[in-house]
Amino acid sequence: MQLRKNVTSVIEWGTLLLSTSLVCFFLLVILYEICSKGSAVISWEFVSSLPKEGMTRGGILTPIVGTVLLTLLTALFAIPFGVCCAIYLQEYAKSSWLTRLIRASIRNLSGVPSIIYGLFGLALFVQGLQFGTSLLAAGLTLGLLSLPYIITTTEEALLRIPNSMREAALAVGATKFETIKDIVLPSSMSGILTGVVLTLSRAAGETAPILFTGAAFYINQTSLSVNQEFMALPYHLYMLSTQHQSIDEVRPIAYGTALVLIVVVFFLNLTAFIIRYKYRQHDK
Amino acid sequence: MTSKLSVENLHINFGQKEVLKNINVSFAEHQVTALIGPSGCGKSTLLRSLNRMHDLSPDAKIMGKLRIDGTDIYGKDIPPTKIRQRIGMVFQKANPFAKSVYDNITYGLKINNLPHTKDVVEKALREAFLWEEVKNDLKMPATRLSGGQQQRLCIARTVALRPEVILMDEPCSALDPISTLKIEELITDLKDRYTIVIVTHNMQQAQRVADKTIFMYLGEVKEEGSTQQLFNNPKHELTANYISGHFG
Repeated sequence: MQLRKNVTSVIEWGTLLLSTSLVCFFLLVILYEICSKGSAVISWEFVSSLPKEGMTRGGILTPIVGTVLLTLLTALFAIPFGVCCAIYLQEYAKSSWLTRLIRASIRNLSGVPSIIYGLFGLALFVQGLQFGTSLLAAGLTLGLLSLPYIITTTEEALLRIPNSMREAALAVGATKFETIKDIVLPSSMSGILTGVVLTLSRAAGETAPILFTGAAFYINQTSLSVNQEFMALPYHLYMLSTQHQSIDEVRPIAYGTALVLIVVVFFLNLTAFIIRYKYRQHDK
Repeated sequence: MTSKLSVENLHINFGQKEVLKNINVSFAEHQVTALIGPSGCGKSTLLRSLNRMHDLSPDAKIMGKLRIDGTDIYGKDIPPTKIRQRIGMVFQKANPFAKSVYDNITYGLKINNLPHTKDVVEKALREAFLWEEVKNDLKMPATRLSGGQQQRLCIARTVALRPEVILMDEPCSALDPISTLKIEELITDLKDRYTIVIVTHNMQQAQRVADKTIFMYLGEVKEEGSTQQLFNNPKHELTANYISGHFG
């Protein structure tokens, strides 16, 4: 009896350990592959010069600038609307079938495949509103994709603020808006920021939504204009690894691009982690 | 004895549930009135209706007349923020803002466009018997104070607004005996300047601080009278049973 128990416990424990190791193993392999093959081409020149000669030479400055601008535009569009929407839903809206329906729809939207957002962006921004394939159209499309995440994480951050804090502000004569602005938002800021940064890091790595809304195959100059096409890191990577005519020649550049993209996303996640850590310290 | 607050024919429902039934009481100026009764009798509901704290709960339905110096508390001509400035509140669990000690006092003053100088802050903290303990560290986050200090800070924040009435919802229930004693001394000191209504579960506390006591049971006022009379000579059998600890 005791033996059987021991054996079962070893099997249970072993299964869990095996699953964990397997997952970590693949993660490490991916990271190792990209780092070892990508680091060879990484240099200051690689990240600071324009792509040349049909992308077989030169650096990736254009896609870097494109991705940064795209993410900024996404943030500019998604953060104010998303945060305001979450504040309304969480603090003002009464609990009715309508708000429950809206909330459920927002949750569902965050599960919609990103290519659908791409198609929607193409129909609405590129064709409907005549923005053409441009940085603006792509930024708005990514903004739409980010909205459900920002709304959901902001709502959760607001929900974590105990009602006693709201009552405290009301009891000293604050209006509802003052209570939210002065007490609720500052206390939930770290939670909101964490959600925002994670969402943006996800958006920065998206390919499908920008595929037909503004990303370009090859531009050998950087432009800061919002009504022109742009290059973006994830799309550049996709091009280099599957669409380029001399795939073998550009493979090192593809790995270099992948490494840069991973580093960018890593730093964004690190920012979120630091914000959360600071918040916990502050709480103590 | 002039009455500061008066409650007439007050009924409160939460959804289908009737929480308060036809309450008629008044609270005398510069006196401490204690609300006692078993859990769920509606004493906190009554207290919170006095400064419109139920405005936050959409399913609360309030019927009846509540007045402060004759002014309708739920009247259209006076904004709820003004009512809450005149009728301050201290909660069961100390809830200082996540700001410094200093800013905890000035916040209410700032949003109400009242002067918020260092003198005003000092006066409020002195009034709450907290000044000596924090005077060298006013920039410290309020959350670092002890539980009792936090509660006195909440009282200081309330008195800084120079309210006319202070409502206290079991202010000592989360505190140790020494902090409790300090708050009770403070209440006795404050009643010269403010009208105080306190909800308490602690019979000894009611006897120590209150001039008048109201006993509530199942949403109704069962008995009210001077604290001495109510505790030594209760008229109602329920009151007698409750204060002697047979239920509650």
